[in-house]
Amino acid sequence: MSTITTTTPAPGAAAAPVAFRRASKGFWHTVGRRLARDPITMICAVILLLIVLAALFAPWLGLDDPFKQSMARRLKPFGYQGHWLGTDELGRDMLSRLVFGARMSLFTGFVPVALATLIGGSLGVVAGYAGGRVNMIIMRCIDVFYAFPSVLLAVAISGFLGSGQVNGLVSLTLVFVPPIARISESVTTRVRNEDFVEAARATGAPTLSILFTHVLSNVLGPILVYASSLISVSIVIASGLSFLGLGVTPPNAEWGLMLSTLRQAIYVAPLTAILPGAMIFITSMCFSLMSDGLRNAMDVKV
Amino acid sequence: MMISQETQRAPASAPIGHVAHNGESDPKRDRGGPAQPMLIVRDLKKHFEIGGSALGKNKTVVRAVDGVNFSVAKGETLGIVGESGCGKSTTARLLMHLIVPDSGDLIFDGEEVNRVRGINIRDLRQNMQMVFQDSYASLNPRLTIRDSIAYGPRVTGVGKAEALARAEKLLGMVGLEPGMFALRYPHELSGGQRQRVNIARALAMEPRMLILDESVSALDKSVEAQVLNLLRQLKRELNLTYVFISHDLNVVQYVSDRVLVMYLGQVVESGPVGAIYGGARHPYTTALLSSRPSMDPRRRVKTPPLSGDPPNPINPPSGCRFRTRCPHAQARCAEEAPVLAPSPLDPGHLAACHFPQAAPAKAA
Repeated sequence: MSTITTTTPAPGAAAAPVAFRRASKGFWHTVGRRLARDPITMICAVILLLIVLAALFAPWLGLDDPFKQSMARRLKPFGYQGHWLGTDELGRDMLSRLVFGARMSLFTGFVPVALATLIGGSLGVVAGYAGGRVNMIIMRCIDVFYAFPSVLLAVAISGFLGSGQVNGLVSLTLVFVPPIARISESVTTRVRNEDFVEAARATGAPTLSILFTHVLSNVLGPILVYASSLISVSIVIASGLSFLGLGVTPPNAEWGLMLSTLRQAIYVAPLTAILPGAMIFITSMCFSLMSDGLRNAMDVKV
Repeated sequence: MMISQETQRAPASAPIGHVAHNGESDPKRDRGGPAQPMLIVRDLKKHFEIGGSALGKNKTVVRAVDGVNFSVAKGETLGIVGESGCGKSTTARLLMHLIVPDSGDLIFDGEEVNRVRGINIRDLRQNMQMVFQDSYASLNPRLTIRDSIAYGPRVTGVGKAEALARAEKLLGMVGLEPGMFALRYPHELSGGQRQRVNIARALAMEPRMLILDESVSALDKSVEAQVLNLLRQLKRELNLTYVFISHDLNVVQYVSDRVLVMYLGQVVESGPVGAIYGGARHPYTTALLSSRPSMDPRRRVKTPPLSGDPPNPINPPSGCRFRTRCPHAQARCAEEAPVLAPSPLDPGHLAACHFPQAAPAKAA
């Protein structure tokens, strides 16, 4: 790769003294370089980027109206009259619905995890750094949620709150807070006992400053890796909620919902029926593999 | 790639620290005057509770530091020695108030620490800093070493530019060329270089006293010697006072003016380095000293070195804590705890023993 050539000094500089004030490679710089060298991660990143871009620019891609129904052309095969991926059970263009569905699916994959990282991460870091009684109160409350299987918990909360997008997001967020808090707490507890935190306390620095300068910089990496692995879980659970009629409501396009409504057509048009499932699979797979790649790239003593 | 300290060093006259240009202490900070000890420690205690249920039942208490008294004079190096687990490091952290003592008083330059009329902990930490044993763990791996050094001054009110300038200057003072090292990360440095950075970081607070908790123990011998010489030089230039904690008797002998021997959370003997090493009065000190291989056959002692582990600090022996391993133990030792008493010949040489050994056989 080109990284080798960049480190060789220019021919003219050979006589000059050693290059002073050389900016060293920081942690994130090294991680980025290692990620760029990992082919699987890069392929996944490209696929995800394509999906995200398609979702973002869906209205401007010249696709058919995802809501336009036609009883005449229901469940048509791939390529029928310009419908590249065929039509669904109400005669709507599948390609268009998949692309527009990606908006909702990615949204429900990303937003709950982001919110849960914020809430769970803060709780975990506070519990880990404070230790003692504060730790015990926070973590025991978290453990109560931890006791239930995540899908069951999501279904229960959604069922309690009623169906709808916002309620779906809220329930997913609540599902992801406990595991993220747990991870943050354990990482923070480890970092807190490091000598450099002790040394920072010995300067008389305020607690908040120590948290932001010394603790966060060292716990953020592991927390982000873990959170990124949850995005795929979130997409799957959100799809499951929609499938059960608890998340996104028809006629909105969302992969889980599409899978649910198309399942009756699985014998009539199997290829069409599995498309939303395939999209869920590909997307969550890519997120999982990327999170693995990120973890490997960060697993470096820097 | 150690850089020779003499050539790369910033001029000692630079206004780092509280030192005036002539190397005398700054009268504005030296409040108590030269006769006032830098630090007096009175009956310091820290007991850790371990185990037991959340309701506080079945708790056992580890008496990590159990009534420690000593004082550190201005400009001296006090060495603290003892076996692992005798409370050396806990004492260091108690001095810094990194852990809060259960009881006891600290008096820093005549001012009681953490009392209404005394010096508060924040100010204490401006005056007293600590260098840890593990040079890698004590530097934040995500910060450049310049940022690590400048962090302390930054958060205690020094401007950013000034703090960074101070950091670079200190790097020069500890023998690391700022242009080469300032922007590096800890993992790019060797152990000795990192420990120099840790020393610079402690000095960035402009302390008058440094606590060196096993600071050179993890370094290999040649680097250790370099860092010890650096510490000596800095002490002279910046008019520092050291508390030097180590399990290495030879190093303590080399750097210390006075030595404190600890056993199971208590001081068993203290005195000038020559008196301790030349004529120890407490049998524990004698055993410690005889346990190290001596270069000089005449100094070799017939007494066998210590056998066994120190007793459990959860349940220390009654009376004298050393009696279970002491070759001279008698009935009185089990009943009555000895107090730290001065030697009849040398009032500066204290030992906590009912039957202290006689004056040194060999004349000093």
